[in-house]
Amino acid sequence: MAIDPTLARELKASGVHVTSLEQLVNWGRSSSLWPLQFGLACCAIEMISATMAKYDMARFGAEVFRPSPRQADLMIVAGTVTKKMAPQVVRLYNQMAEPKYVIAMGACAISGGPFKEGYNVLKGIDRFIPVDVVIPGCPPRPEALLDGLIALQEKIRGEKLTGSARARHADPDAPAEMPIPECGAHDIVPVANRGIWNPPVIEREEGGAE
Amino acid sequence: MISDPPIFNSSPVLEGTDEDQLLRVSLGPQHPSTHGVFRMNVELDGETVVKLKPVFGYLHRNHEKIAETTGYLGSMPYTDRLDYICPLSNNWAYALSVEKLAGIEVPERAQHMRVILAELTRLVNHTAFMGFILADMGAWGSALMYAFREREKILDLFEDLTGARMMANFMRFGGCRNDFPDGWDARLRTLIDHYPHFLDEMEEFLLGNEILLARTRDVGALPKESLINGGVTGPMLRAAGVNHDLRKADPYGIYDRFSFRIPLGEVGDCYDRIMIRFLEMRESLGILKQAAAALPGGDFVNPKIKIRNFKPPVGESYARVEGPKGELGFYLVSDGGPNPYRYRVRPPSFINLTLLEDMCLGLDLADVVIILGSIDIVLGEVDR
Repeated sequence: MAIDPTLARELKASGVHVTSLEQLVNWGRSSSLWPLQFGLACCAIEMISATMAKYDMARFGAEVFRPSPRQADLMIVAGTVTKKMAPQVVRLYNQMAEPKYVIAMGACAISGGPFKEGYNVLKGIDRFIPVDVVIPGCPPRPEALLDGLIALQEKIRGEKLTGSARARHADPDAPAEMPIPECGAHDIVPVANRGIWNPPVIEREEGGAE
Repeated sequence: MISDPPIFNSSPVLEGTDEDQLLRVSLGPQHPSTHGVFRMNVELDGETVVKLKPVFGYLHRNHEKIAETTGYLGSMPYTDRLDYICPLSNNWAYALSVEKLAGIEVPERAQHMRVILAELTRLVNHTAFMGFILADMGAWGSALMYAFREREKILDLFEDLTGARMMANFMRFGGCRNDFPDGWDARLRTLIDHYPHFLDEMEEFLLGNEILLARTRDVGALPKESLINGGVTGPMLRAAGVNHDLRKADPYGIYDRFSFRIPLGEVGDCYDRIMIRFLEMRESLGILKQAAAALPGGDFVNPKIKIRNFKPPVGESYARVEGPKGELGFYLVSDGGPNPYRYRVRPPSFINLTLLEDMCLGLDLADVVIILGSIDIVLGEVDR
């Protein structure tokens, strides 16, 4: 529920800040994201660059990289996810505490990227875990990662904690854990989590293009 | 000759340990010390490593198979992603192999450009190595900050030249993709002049450091015979005192024209491996200085080279370069078609990694992390 902006302005002039609990919680969450220190491939180097001297992700409140998923709330999938690695990525996601967010960094994490033709490459991590922000690039520049982080922060600030349009982590019926795929005889089993991954079906009219 | 060295540990567990009391630990694939998605299954007797089995393949992304279905030039961007800290060395090794296969001449200017870029890449790699190895020792953050500050300066040069910070895709068969932009050589010279300051600073911080000495002295040394028989190359091998550098032993490009020395270690422990890289960076700066001064005019790529419908004659070739991590080679078999019949990479990281268990047995678990760091692996190259 929004606060009357005129009233809020008047109160602010006399030194009183008025906000809703939702805004306060979201502000707190978005300003101190703790990413999981988890690099997969080339993009991980750019992820490290983004936290280091020149780009300094600490300016945006997300520099506390935690090696343990139990302490992290942001997973940056930085690099190619192979079919051997996919179960581990999902397991790490399950081990993170709610609320948790996922950034798919780079073409490989989004869709398999240049390695899409590979027999061992997963064609996008969004087949198994819900992705909040995707950052294209091969690898994306550190600025692009910072931009993605800011986009995620904006998304968190706009989250609803109650009502029908509430965020996933505030919904008791939403699954807390994603099913972990297994390495089957020929492919990963199942090939995708149909509960979260529903690619658009291209509908073509009879008779082909005009 | 070399007689029966202990390459691979034959007994599964060190003598004198009680097998029922062993603690089995799986390090990785998600672990802050494993430099990517490498995994080690370690068996510990107390704190002592008695068995170590690496598990590979978490980043196997079918580089070789994809290269066999792509045209020759189409594999060039994929080579960037092998050892993603130093893409330009990979470019050069692949270009050399194709040039050998098809008999392509490389103009003088392009040869100089390649030497400059390869040595800059060596600087990038060794600088990043300094940061990572110190992070492995527990100095998380500060050392890496210093290292990446310098690395960014070289990446800026790469970006102006190739358009990309990391994935250069710059070498072409018979030369390079484009010429140095205006003012690039001047910026290169400024960088060469300033870089020794960083090395001095880093050396001052590190080399007499009590913690660094305690953690790296006499850790992970192996006899040189084992290293040679294990196929280990690069700074790992030279740290043990074996004078083998392809720039001298099998000169490629125009390395025979420059005067530089090959730094050698004595013991081959982790401390020597760190020192070697410092000294190599100083030699690289010397080569850079000579190459920048001797840079001739002319073509940056052989004008006769055909880009479209490139089909080398039937045959096979193996070309290798002294990459920052060791001997990086590409083996190609051509059947006369537009894509290679067989494409094989000889990755230095992977082969250097084969002796990991022998280096680690009998040491503490904390030492394993430093030994792994001192091998300087990149998983893109190990698993391909």
